[in-house]
Amino acid sequence: MEEKIHCLSMEDLRKISFLYSDDCPSHHEALSRLRKIIDQEGVSVEIETINVRTNQEAIAHRFRGSPTILIDGRDIDPSSSEGFGLACRAYRLEDGRISPLPSEYMIRKALRGT
Amino acid sequence: MARLKTGDKAGSFTLKGIDDKQHSLDDYSGKCVVIIFSCNHCPYVQAWEDRMIKIQTDYAPKNVQLVAINSNDGIKVPDDNFSKMKERAREKKFNFPYLHDEDQKVAAAYGAERTPEVFLFDSNHVLRYHGTIDNNYDNPNDVKENYLRDALEATIAGRKVSLAETKPVGCTIKWK
Repeated sequence: MEEKIHCLSMEDLRKISFLYSDDCPSHHEALSRLRKIIDQEGVSVEIETINVRTNQEAIAHRFRGSPTILIDGRDIDPSSSEGFGLACRAYRLEDGRISPLPSEYMIRKALRGT
Repeated sequence: MARLKTGDKAGSFTLKGIDDKQHSLDDYSGKCVVIIFSCNHCPYVQAWEDRMIKIQTDYAPKNVQLVAINSNDGIKVPDDNFSKMKERAREKKFNFPYLHDEDQKVAAAYGAERTPEVFLFDSNHVLRYHGTIDNNYDNPNDVKENYLRDALEATIAGRKVSLAETKPVGCTIKWK
């Protein structure tokens, strides 16, 4: 079945969820990065922050590791093969490197729905 | 759990490496030894791994040996079990021993809590630096503070390490 392309205009944005675990220190920087890009994009949207503490909560929140950013429920990196669970998240960046932080490009692209 | 403090002697160990041989601290007698508590799955380790390899390349001629130790529970985190360690070392072409602390006694004795977490010992195996590798896990091109390299330079030259303690940044060690 062909997947429907999800293309958002900024006005359509309803909710951004920022999920993290205290055990993974990159979440402070990731949240700052997210806020900066939201400002730059001129989006007025509330960020819901959720501290995920257990594996059960991770599954319930579709949490693929800390940090996870969901835009209207969609993960900013839908290609990620990481399963739901309490862990620190590895992001594969545009140049192939692994980082505990999503790139600015990744967040911006997801915000624009492109 | 008490952690080693600068000035403390390294605790001895004998651990199995990914080459299926036993490795002891005594194997590196007379060398500066960089022990890094590490693992496979942690993104902070993965982000710093290439820099670990480069540090070993750069400092091997200066009588320095880097040793990575994985203390994570391989049942809780299957990606960190012994066979996965072998795969990771092969894939990344590790140029340093990668040892398995299966009963987690070495991590407990050193007081390690994170991966990666660095303990730099001088040639008498006295702790001279503890903490993180540098100040930027995200981007090796934006590193401003090379804590471990600076500590290595001072230690090799017989000088006091100016910043002997930084906060380790990474995943928590997964205890049994």
